Amino acid sequence: MDFNDSPEEAAFRAQVRVWLTENAPSTRAAIAHGRESEESIAADKEWQARKADAGYACITWPTEWGGVGGTPTQDIIFREEEEKLGLGSSIFGLGLGMCIPTIMTVGSDADKQRFVRPALRGEEIWCQLFSEPSAGSDVAASRTRAVRADDGSGDWIVDGQKVWTSGAHFSDFGLLLVRTDPDVPKHKGLTMFWIDMKTPGIDIRPIHQADGGSGFNEVYFEGVRLKDSQRVGDVGRGWNVALVTLMNERLSVGAVRGAAWRTLMDLAADVPGVEGRGSALQDGGFRQQLADYYVAAEGLKLTRLRSLTALSRGATPGPEAAIGKLVAARQMQDLAYEAFDRLDSYGIIVDEDSASAISGFQRNFFWGAAMRIAGGTDEILKNIIAERVLEMPLDIRVDRDIPFKDLPKGV
Amino acid sequence: MNFDYSDDQNYLKEEVRRFLSARCPIAVTRRVLDDTDLAYDEALWKSVAEMGWTGVAIPEKWGGAGMGHIELCAIAEELGRVIAPIPFASTVYIFAEAVLAFGSDAQREALLPAIARGEIIGCLADSEGPGARAAQRIEARVAGGKLSGIKIPVTDGDIATHAIVTALEDGQPGLFIVDMSDASISRQVVPTLDPTRSAARLTFVDAPCERLGQIGEGERLISTILDRAAILFAFEQVGGADRCLETAKSYALERHAFGRVIGGYQAIKHKLADMFVKNELARSSAYYGAWALNSGAQELPAAAAAARIAGTQAYDFAAKESLQTHGGIGFTWEMDCHLHLRRARQLALALGGLPFWRERLISTLECRNTN
Repeated sequence: MDFNDSPEEAAFRAQVRVWLTENAPSTRAAIAHGRESEESIAADKEWQARKADAGYACITWPTEWGGVGGTPTQDIIFREEEEKLGLGSSIFGLGLGMCIPTIMTVGSDADKQRFVRPALRGEEIWCQLFSEPSAGSDVAASRTRAVRADDGSGDWIVDGQKVWTSGAHFSDFGLLLVRTDPDVPKHKGLTMFWIDMKTPGIDIRPIHQADGGSGFNEVYFEGVRLKDSQRVGDVGRGWNVALVTLMNERLSVGAVRGAAWRTLMDLAADVPGVEGRGSALQDGGFRQQLADYYVAAEGLKLTRLRSLTALSRGATPGPEAAIGKLVAARQMQDLAYEAFDRLDSYGIIVDEDSASAISGFQRNFFWGAAMRIAGGTDEILKNIIAERVLEMPLDIRVDRDIPFKDLPKGV
Repeated sequence: MNFDYSDDQNYLKEEVRRFLSARCPIAVTRRVLDDTDLAYDEALWKSVAEMGWTGVAIPEKWGGAGMGHIELCAIAEELGRVIAPIPFASTVYIFAEAVLAFGSDAQREALLPAIARGEIIGCLADSEGPGARAAQRIEARVAGGKLSGIKIPVTDGDIATHAIVTALEDGQPGLFIVDMSDASISRQVVPTLDPTRSAARLTFVDAPCERLGQIGEGERLISTILDRAAILFAFEQVGGADRCLETAKSYALERHAFGRVIGGYQAIKHKLADMFVKNELARSSAYYGAWALNSGAQELPAAAAAARIAGTQAYDFAAKESLQTHGGIGFTWEMDCHLHLRRARQLALALGGLPFWRERLISTLECRNTN
């Protein structure tokens, strides 16, 4: 066990630092989900292209796709250094973390040639079109239909609605899961396509979220025509393709950010304690809580590094990656409540300075709630751990052998 | 960066597991549990020493195997899995580590080879009553090389050949090595939550002793001794917690209720998932601690406290919820659930409880902040 950089890793880190010093744009505050502007997207694209040209955009990808065949550790080192400059960007995350890896695994050669490099350079942004109003945790219950056009062209016509699509309004392409056969059980009647988000018949409407923001969208499809060549994988194999995407999702969504124990510790040092006794940080009860937050955060960070060791020894990313989001999302929420409790009645006031510690916890307050749902709810993740890691029996699936069209439908 | 056991260390760990499954089946632990006159399993203790485990981290020049602390961590994890009823923690994680780190050359030469040979059983005599330890609470005194005072509870104090005792000398806290064969020392066995590990009340009346380290250094030394031991305790906790999860899992796959195995119900599946998450986080923190211990990193205090807290939380949780998963049968003497429930608390308390370690952690983080 060695938690220091090896000589090669230290050399790589030094090389990255030099490159960042010479190439990184001036630091700016991270853009929150849903607060992207034309200017911020343009700046992100420019930075992404510069990284891609230097081989830093997707370090672990093979050279033929614009990576440098680097190790997962090198990838982490680059991200750590980039993060220190506040340059970690999220608008390419869904594409490079989930959609493009799916294309690279399942897609046709033509698709790979067409999509991988532009995505890598940030020229094209991707979104993921899986969730539906009636298919959340049960994604395989998707109702959005694709039927063959009756003109003999082999094209598909899509009608339906997707929901919770991050960045649909500024994305160029999306990965779309649709039902092509309602006469077979739900998992067997799905097919995956890629879609140009500018295709006629697509209507994108922002969701007014519980936190007041609008980073997610509803996407409506009305008579949208797709070429059969836009199919990713075989007809009826969409669920298997989706699993490839979702496995990558847990790896990329696993790293939840937000105000952490350190911010809480600093905040508590400036807040008076109960009955005017010193600061909140001097309060024994608070210190006991803070210790647990630190231990969980450290444990999580180290667990991620452990899976990295497993990866670099040739293991494939497993469902144990689910631990990351499960713990981190809950922690975001807990930290926010703890911070508010220490602020006491003052905690109800919204701090409009987005750079302040308090506003950080206010973001956690809402995003903790959101992250416990996004990318697999706490409950789904626990099921995944129990079923795939601990090999417990699957839940009873009453819908498994029934044609999709005959399933009872609620709200 | 490398966050796992090496191939050699994994090989050693497998050897240790194979050996313990032959020499320390649960019947061995149960014999110590059932026989109130039995403080530990002497045959197991002897064979463990013969295997060289008591001296695994002791340098060769003092009769040890000179391997390293990661190897010792691997052994600790396996001992924790099988709830080994031997004074390994007191002797190796605390006593040997203290002598190795802070003993004079003469003390090292006198004690370390004997530890490696399994001739010494060590213990730490610090607590004098209820509540977390603190320098200002120590009442034991040393004057003219003679120790007087009462210590309770002292894990393995009833069987120890040697003790490290905290006491004031000229008003300053210090650590003292005591040969427990001296006639002036009286020992009284105290009943414990986990009878597979014994404890005693020790009364010293002018007992001959030898200082460990320099005068006035006691608190600094005990602090490091606790940090180092905390990491090794954490590995025992991780081993025990993993065993609890395995046991709960296999019971959940056998037991039927309402027409199917109980492992198919989400209430049980999610409980097992919660155990898995806690165990994995604890394992990661223990690994980081192992690295800090082995490399003498300055991160040791924070790493030790985190490993200790995560290890305690994981094992206590796993022991409780494993018993819960078993239902009524889990609360019978015949099932092993209560052995883990007991050992988890023994490990959680014997080296200082959660409130003590959480406070230590935050104090450490504050120091790091100001430096």
